[in-house]
Amino acid sequence: MASTPDINIDRDQGDFHYDTSYEFDAGVGLNETTIDYIVDVKGEDEWIREFRKRALKVFWDKPNPTHWASKELEKIDFSKIRYYLSKGQKASRSWDDVPEDVKKTFERLGIPEKERAYLAGVEAQFDSEASYSNMKEELSKEGVIFVGPTEGLKEHGEIFKKYFGKVIPIGDNKYSALNSAVFSGGSFIYIPPGVKVKQPLQAYFRINAENFGQFERTLIIADEGSEVTYMEGCTAPKFETSTLHSAVVELVALKNAKIQYITVQNWSSNVFNLVTKRGMAMEGAEVKWIDCNIGSKLTMKYPGVIMRGEGARGEVLSIALAHDGQHQDTGSKMIHAANNTTSNIISKSISIGKGRSTYRGVVSMPKNLKGCKNNTECDALLINTNSRTDTYPAITVRGQNNTTQHEASVSKVSAEQIFYMMQRGLNEGEAMSLAVNGFVNDLIREFPMEYSVELKRLIDLEMEGSVG
Amino acid sequence: MTDTITQNIPPLSDENAFNARHAVFGIQSESLKARQTAAWNTFRELPYPTRTSETWRFASIKAIKEIERFAPSAFETVERPDLVERSKRISSVSGRFIFADENLIAAREIDPELEAKGVIFTTLIDALNNHQELVEKYLLQQSPELGSEKFESLHIAMLRTGVFLYVPKGVEIKAPFVVYNWAVQKDTAIFPHTLFVCDENASAELVEFQECAQPETEHLVIANAHVYAESGSRPCHTILQNWNRKTLSFQLNTSNAQRDVNSRGVLINVGSAHTRQEIHGKIFGSRADVNIFSLNIARGDQEMDQRTLQTHIAPNSRSDLLFKNALLDQSKTIFSGLIIVEPDAQQTDAYQTNNNLMLSDQAEANSLPGLEIKANDVKCSHGATSGKIDDSNIFYFLSRGIPRKKAEELMVFGFLEEIIEKIENEELSDYVRSLVQQQLIDQL
Repeated sequence: MASTPDINIDRDQGDFHYDTSYEFDAGVGLNETTIDYIVDVKGEDEWIREFRKRALKVFWDKPNPTHWASKELEKIDFSKIRYYLSKGQKASRSWDDVPEDVKKTFERLGIPEKERAYLAGVEAQFDSEASYSNMKEELSKEGVIFVGPTEGLKEHGEIFKKYFGKVIPIGDNKYSALNSAVFSGGSFIYIPPGVKVKQPLQAYFRINAENFGQFERTLIIADEGSEVTYMEGCTAPKFETSTLHSAVVELVALKNAKIQYITVQNWSSNVFNLVTKRGMAMEGAEVKWIDCNIGSKLTMKYPGVIMRGEGARGEVLSIALAHDGQHQDTGSKMIHAANNTTSNIISKSISIGKGRSTYRGVVSMPKNLKGCKNNTECDALLINTNSRTDTYPAITVRGQNNTTQHEASVSKVSAEQIFYMMQRGLNEGEAMSLAVNGFVNDLIREFPMEYSVELKRLIDLEMEGSVG
Repeated sequence: MTDTITQNIPPLSDENAFNARHAVFGIQSESLKARQTAAWNTFRELPYPTRTSETWRFASIKAIKEIERFAPSAFETVERPDLVERSKRISSVSGRFIFADENLIAAREIDPELEAKGVIFTTLIDALNNHQELVEKYLLQQSPELGSEKFESLHIAMLRTGVFLYVPKGVEIKAPFVVYNWAVQKDTAIFPHTLFVCDENASAELVEFQECAQPETEHLVIANAHVYAESGSRPCHTILQNWNRKTLSFQLNTSNAQRDVNSRGVLINVGSAHTRQEIHGKIFGSRADVNIFSLNIARGDQEMDQRTLQTHIAPNSRSDLLFKNALLDQSKTIFSGLIIVEPDAQQTDAYQTNNNLMLSDQAEANSLPGLEIKANDVKCSHGATSGKIDDSNIFYFLSRGIPRKKAEELMVFGFLEEIIEKIENEELSDYVRSLVQQQLIDQL
């Protein structure tokens, strides 16, 4: 089998940097003035100012969780980060309104204009503010709201205020507090009862200024019986100093609703990606996280589901790939808070070179519940002799009418497999790549087609030069 | 029967407790004294674990903080023929020690033939007097390093006696050595210490029975046990923890395995109000096979908190851990296990399993099975399950005319039998079986 150059993607595509003149810039560092600045520029309500300031206090009070997490966190210098940047434009309604230089950035990122026809709505995030937003008319007619947080809280406050900051409270952790203090950008989505959005909603996120942290805030509410899939893809240019990305994503699936949230994270390898993601599933509802982590220096992300209503379901499917210098600290939290709730966690990780991947999970059935079930599987693949993997699950079960099972295994690609493939004409790198793709294949199949293709390419790319 | 220990040692909260304890009979070693003084200071300086301490996750810290109200036992000779009479759990033994509050209450027993072969089975006091070099090579050299540094320091500071078992090169012994530790005087603290050295190609079994004289007296026990398995040896160490259900107990263990070792550690837990156990198995040599098993029956409001660590330092060895818990009433168990495979430990096979059988609606089982793998050519897995007796299995019994109660009983015994059958000594496994039945008979 010949090598397949046509599926190689140009990873340097993200390695560029335009000199963009920022019209609004909150400066470097973080204090109450930064928050006043953000609130004033955005024209937000007073209660948001209070909310942000309260969060700032919590952020300062909370220590870095280094008693269990990586000491790398101490390397983040919060005084050297820009907390707010904006081109100053309002969310545009048509592509023509988007400034030319911003368009150029998207062009290079590969967000083609023609995709608009396919995508239901595009929220392409350029730095902190949504610079482009388009929704198909029929979705608007059905009452679907797809806006940024500023617009969402201002114009649809009656819908979003109820759940904003409720699934993930300010004090959940240090970085959710930080996000609550300085959030800007992100998506606020409301799906009315019974509406089943056929095509996935998408947003592209982008970091585009040195030392600039991105703090987007996403809240998706799926009303009774509705269904929605949301896709989030990340790319970032390479920078010389570390950047911080700290998002908060809250999902609310009301009775019998279904939310599927897909992430492909491919930040450049100097980004701290510290994200809090949690969904709440009411009676009969389902929240499913599909999470793929390939980039960043350190990712700490544990998508969770709180199963509040009887018969709710939570699922996390995750793939992590850790290369030299990377630490993918990912996992899941499943909180069973009602009878007959079920959850499933499948996590696969691949460590290459000196890369380190960690699974950290919580499964909790704390009250006297009945009929709750959890299944957790963690498989780790180690490619090189100095690769590292860790697994730290915590399972709490109370009462006799619930079941949990947890299984984890660690393995390497067997010499027999490689030998078999090389005998049939593949070189060692291709054989290894194929074996790794085989390892994650059953999970990748769960991804939407375009993502699974991109993922396979990314894995091929990451595997290059990892053997020998 | 005399039972008149006068309380002349103040409780642990008093800074004089250390000197008062050292004024009474026990180990008189100058070199050790310095270490003990330092340990006492460490104990007093180290903070208690808090709710956010990672090594104490899910544990109830409140009970732990009560240790300072206990006063160290005072080593007065007592005659307790009743306890000697009760110290007959196994009849065929190679040697026997019976302690009541760390006090010898019966003459040391050892098979003279074994003593002639160089086997040493004595108190730590005698061992330090007569075999100082040998003992000092091993004494207090290892620590479980799993979060109980404060309590380990207290144990070291208060160490006044204990048992030393040394099996010389190539000596293989079938009948077990047995140690009975009885806690007698209420509101006292005892600090049993066990040092078991199995020299090259030797094999032996050590069994420890831990019980209280009365069911309602309150005790603090901080016990340490350290096993050193030299190349090619086959040590087996079993602890039957059956302190009364008012006792707060700690069991801090380590085992070191050199190459070609085949070792087995078994922990049976039915007693204590609250027990914290730390077990660290280190594998320094290749082709070692290290096995750790535990059977726990928790009922009432008992809390059993077990933390284990399997560290593979050398390549090409195997370790296996199986902990099975049966939970009744409002009991709580914590299993926190970790396998560490160091970068040089290629070709490691390491396994870890925790199964919780939930027999009540209020019981709570916590499992934290962890892996830290730094080498790639390894086979490692862990599994943790929690659940109740499978209905389809009960149905199978019912359809064959076996009543539900009996069926459930059989299922529970079957669940626990997997650990009991790891105990090779038949007399001992029969005793454990009867102990398990006693715990469950009125419950199911």
